[in-house]
Amino acid sequence: MRVIRHLPLTTLTAAIAFAGQAQAQTEITVGTVNNNDMVIMQSLTDAFEQAHPDITLDWVVLEENVLRQRLTTDIATQGGQFDVMTIGTYEVPIWAEQDWLTPLDDLPADYQIDDLLQSVRKGLSYDGTLHALPFYAESSMMFYRQDLFSDAGITMPEQPTWQQVRDWAEQLHDPANETYGICLRGKPGWGENMALVSTMVNTFGGRWFDMDWNPQIDSPAWQEAVGFYVDLLNNYGPPGASSNGFNENQALFSRGNCAMWVDATSAAGRIFDPSQSQLGFAPAPIAETPKGSHWLWSWALAIPASSDSKDAAREFVTWATSQEYVELVAKEKGWASVPPGTRVSTYENPNYQEAAPFADFVLNAIQGADPTDSTLEPSPYVGVQFVGIPEFQSIGTQVGQMVAAALTGETSVEQALQAAQRATERTMQRAGYLD
Amino acid sequence: MNKTRTSGRTIGGLRTLSLQAPAVSLLFLWMIVPLAMTVWFSLQRYNLLMPGMTGFAGLENYEYLFTDPALWSAMGTTLLMVGWVLVITVVGGTLLAVLFQQEFMGQGIARVLAISPFFVMPTVSALVWKNMMMHPANGVLSWVAELFGLPAVDWFSSLPLTSIVIIVAWQWLPFALLILLTAMQSLDEDQVEAARMDGAGPIAIFFFITLPHLKRAISVVIMIEMIFLLTIFAEIFVTTSGGPGLATTNLAYLIYIRALLDFDVGLASAGGVIAIILANIVAIFLVRMVAKNLES
Repeated sequence: MRVIRHLPLTTLTAAIAFAGQAQAQTEITVGTVNNNDMVIMQSLTDAFEQAHPDITLDWVVLEENVLRQRLTTDIATQGGQFDVMTIGTYEVPIWAEQDWLTPLDDLPADYQIDDLLQSVRKGLSYDGTLHALPFYAESSMMFYRQDLFSDAGITMPEQPTWQQVRDWAEQLHDPANETYGICLRGKPGWGENMALVSTMVNTFGGRWFDMDWNPQIDSPAWQEAVGFYVDLLNNYGPPGASSNGFNENQALFSRGNCAMWVDATSAAGRIFDPSQSQLGFAPAPIAETPKGSHWLWSWALAIPASSDSKDAAREFVTWATSQEYVELVAKEKGWASVPPGTRVSTYENPNYQEAAPFADFVLNAIQGADPTDSTLEPSPYVGVQFVGIPEFQSIGTQVGQMVAAALTGETSVEQALQAAQRATERTMQRAGYLD
Repeated sequence: MNKTRTSGRTIGGLRTLSLQAPAVSLLFLWMIVPLAMTVWFSLQRYNLLMPGMTGFAGLENYEYLFTDPALWSAMGTTLLMVGWVLVITVVGGTLLAVLFQQEFMGQGIARVLAISPFFVMPTVSALVWKNMMMHPANGVLSWVAELFGLPAVDWFSSLPLTSIVIIVAWQWLPFALLILLTAMQSLDEDQVEAARMDGAGPIAIFFFITLPHLKRAISVVIMIEMIFLLTIFAEIFVTTSGGPGLATTNLAYLIYIRALLDFDVGLASAGGVIAIILANIVAIFLVRMVAKNLES
């Protein structure tokens, strides 16, 4: 398989060498997500190849879930199909522990490693060594329509609470004019609805597991948080909320259909339009505790241990996450489109501050998220909106489906959480955490 | 003479055997290697995300699967889906076949149009149904509902299984129509004529002549559809992702969740083995039934 795959390349290289251009070409395969920022990266391929004439890039751009499946199967079976993988803060420590990733120590001095935001850097490290470099990072925050708020005479406090959000949603909900009180993620999936629901559970004082890894999903805090979420979204949300993910909500909000929207900070650059200043920003709402009320996520570029062109891959990874790359995007696409949340220097740049008035909120949210301490009561895991264990993908997907079932009214919140608790107990038993 | 004949025979026998052998052994390998590997994996503790935990698991995977409430719900969903799609396509297909057998203007074009849904890829048709037909805000169905002053229905969250059945039935109805229409064309016109002269009305003709004539074709339709419908996947993957809850998770989708979302190869293989056994039970019954029908 590998021989066949490389055969055309070898012939090509041989042909080039024969033609007198004795240059060793290395082709690296980059697997990435079809998000906006990554599509920009792909469109800048020429810039990279011109600066590094001996490296060519081969892109595999896929939808998030499909990419995750492809990458996980490839790396777990030592397939070696990819030289650069786009993975998140969830995968990095888990894969690093299995020795599946190349440690990224002794980076060149001009990479300015200390320029990376501390919380993001911590999230991508295992045993104190970076195993992936952050491409962009995000937390969660609240967006709202300032025009509706000022018409209704509401002033946004510095730190809103979920109870206040509920009151405002009730006041601003106007389905006859297609303006809904609040838009939230409802589409099942551990990276979709469970990201938001986990932060709500955190701030309502709940946690996924106690210190002995017993699932806590049927606890009162979960009942309260999920009950609040279901009630809020059913009463003051858009129709069909259970199939709305990040992209659907972004479309709804930018069409003006939502008075409020709590979601990823990375949306700010996409929905912000300098010609219309009615977009308001606020921190993610809290309830019992501010701990874990907003998430921390980073898409990062890693080099699998199974890659056979690690040096070329390292060249690319350091280029795509450098300050130089940020400036290149700013030049080509404008400052509002630069990948956010990774470097202090981006936030200190006056051009960026001017083009992106939301920069402070984003920076505060990212810096304020602590994956190692995100629950009111102590928990044994790392991660705000996820649990940093391999089994969580399965658990999060199952619980996400149950919560969606409660949202559509197919089951009650209590039944859904009990079913989720049982399913999680089974998974944890099978994985050997519980007897 | 005798000697050569005997030896000739032996050589002849050997000759045909050696000619058949490559094809037969290839087919046999084609079947047995994946099957044996699936059975082998189903007895292993093998999760891609946990490279440390490997080894012989015995029947642990099966035990875990059989105590999983999701398995029974998935089996029920599979049967409901197959059952309803079969009912709709067979009944609808028979009625449409009778209708399209009549002479009318533009019969050829109408037939082609009626059959065309079958040629649309499942993923494409599911996307069209999801975004253009059943969408609660932009869908045609919600527009129709609005015309009559009814509230828009959010199909995939309030009627998930019904929605999937509608989409799949829409796709397979033309198949039933195609087979049954062909069968209709072999119906003896004289027989119908004779019945009419004896005073039989159209309804009586349908029940006592057309339907018995179509019996064989209907059993063929049921068998072929059953084989394909047991493994419906694309429509579910594109529209509901098996949810909400487990409302539209059938056996094929459950295996996909276990193998590709949970990366549990052992468990997914065990699910696969169960699916093979189920499909074989169904096939044995059906093949017998159809064979009996075809003999008579």
